[in-house]
Amino acid sequence: MTALARTDAGGAGGGADGGSPATSRPRHLLSVADLGAEGIAEVLRWSDRFVEVGRRPNPKVPALRGKTVACLFAEDSTRTRLSFETAARRLSADVLGFQAAGSSLGKGESLRDTVRTVAAMGVDCFVVRHPSAGVPAQVARWVDAAVVNAGDGWHEHPTQALLDCATIRQVMAERRGVPVERTGTEIFDGLRVAIVGDVAHSRVARSEVLALAALGAEVTLVAPGSLLPPSLEGWPVTGVSHELDAVLPEVDVCYVLRLQLERGTGSFLPSVREYAATFGLTARRVAAMPEGSLVMHPGPMNRGVEIASEVADMGRSLVLRQVAIGVAVRMAVLFVLLAADHASSSAPHPAAATVARGAAEELVDD
Amino acid sequence: MAERERRLTPPRGGVFVPRVQVLSQADVLRALTRIAHEIAERNHGLDDVVLIGLQTGGVPLAHRIAQVLEETEGVAVPVGLLDVAFYRDDLGIRPVLPEAVTDIPCDLTGTTVVLVDDVLFTGRTIRAALNALTDYGRSRAVQLAVMVDRGHRELPIRPDYVGKNLPTRFDEQVDVTLDGVVLGDVVPR
Repeated sequence: MTALARTDAGGAGGGADGGSPATSRPRHLLSVADLGAEGIAEVLRWSDRFVEVGRRPNPKVPALRGKTVACLFAEDSTRTRLSFETAARRLSADVLGFQAAGSSLGKGESLRDTVRTVAAMGVDCFVVRHPSAGVPAQVARWVDAAVVNAGDGWHEHPTQALLDCATIRQVMAERRGVPVERTGTEIFDGLRVAIVGDVAHSRVARSEVLALAALGAEVTLVAPGSLLPPSLEGWPVTGVSHELDAVLPEVDVCYVLRLQLERGTGSFLPSVREYAATFGLTARRVAAMPEGSLVMHPGPMNRGVEIASEVADMGRSLVLRQVAIGVAVRMAVLFVLLAADHASSSAPHPAAATVARGAAEELVDD
Repeated sequence: MAERERRLTPPRGGVFVPRVQVLSQADVLRALTRIAHEIAERNHGLDDVVLIGLQTGGVPLAHRIAQVLEETEGVAVPVGLLDVAFYRDDLGIRPVLPEAVTDIPCDLTGTTVVLVDDVLFTGRTIRAALNALTDYGRSRAVQLAVMVDRGHRELPIRPDYVGKNLPTRFDEQVDVTLDGVVLGDVVPR
């Protein structure tokens, strides 16, 4: 259904697409790697636009009117689900929300049948959160709609990484007194970021490392050996350390990961209290960080474990700002996947050579 | 449509091949000066007048009109920028630019908005702009100033201030900058 609608749209404008919709841009956001540095930069630029939309008296635009976004959340989530739903609604899309509990999954229907049933109702985009890695990719194979990974197992959580990059960029632009719209991704060049905590079980960490490294930041992982993945092959990190105190004086951003106690992270540690003592970000440790450095956390926070309560509430902590910008970033992702189809990309279009003269005129002027 | 926009949206936009210079740089500045005077005349001064340039071609024109108004009337008229990408009815067909920012400097409730664009063609951009404006407050009136009215309207929209009426073929292209108005064609590269 979606594919058909897209072909129609392409045909109306280009007339010479040969019936095939544009394929030059990603149809899904399953991993940060789908975007690359260029794609991340594009999402960040669109996010600026949606930050402005969010400041309006009526923070809603009709860009995705008539589109339907289904949020399939098979795992507990507050901020991500609400953030995606808000983003879709602010773009005037219709939102179908369903959670595993209370859906027919509870009656024993397979995920595939559930997804295809919902897709049959006419869905343009699935936002998928699932405890198993790879489910969003699987859903993308089952349906025609665009799929956004909203966190799968220990694998990835791309929109979290994107919104963190947007937050860093916004803060850095403010510090330099430059309008964020005129800030590219060059501020990430050589930015020193420490990612602290449960890297092994963190989907956020993986997306974060991929995104930051793609933009040119130097990422150091800080964790006890038991909370690092068995192999760091393919992780574009600059360094690994087991000593938080040694790393902190030389970072611009300290990104604290949540200790995933509900996933049994505790069994990888002698005790939670010992972890808090050696890897918890306390006010004393923050004092050792350079002037103007930032503290980030993807939430939800375990106060007093990986982050001390007073640190979470102090001025340089960006935790709530991350949430606020998250809506704009998710609007950008939905917009790029669903509306900006053949638009906005400066990459050569495959149908370029055959664009009809009249059609070209219609595209560029009015 | 401004040069920048076309450069950023290759190659579906094709290449602009200029054919005739319709207005010179001096002509464009004269027309903008006249439009500025007409705006002040029609509104009996400039109380509550806000100029809004449509991204991207209308922006330099709006700034120029504001400059003339400041020189002749001694009033600094607020200038806003508006990009209508999110309001278009042809979204997904027509290229949109993330760089074209919207920046409305004040609440528009009670103001007289003068939309400024380079070329009035089908009227769809203006339709989208009217929708967008309502999200910034209820303006008392909206007027439209364009450098070139090239005909081919598809919606019941007319301009209040026109630099030049320029009859065109549907498949021609009009390029407007502060340096002049050029009629030409778009050819696929």
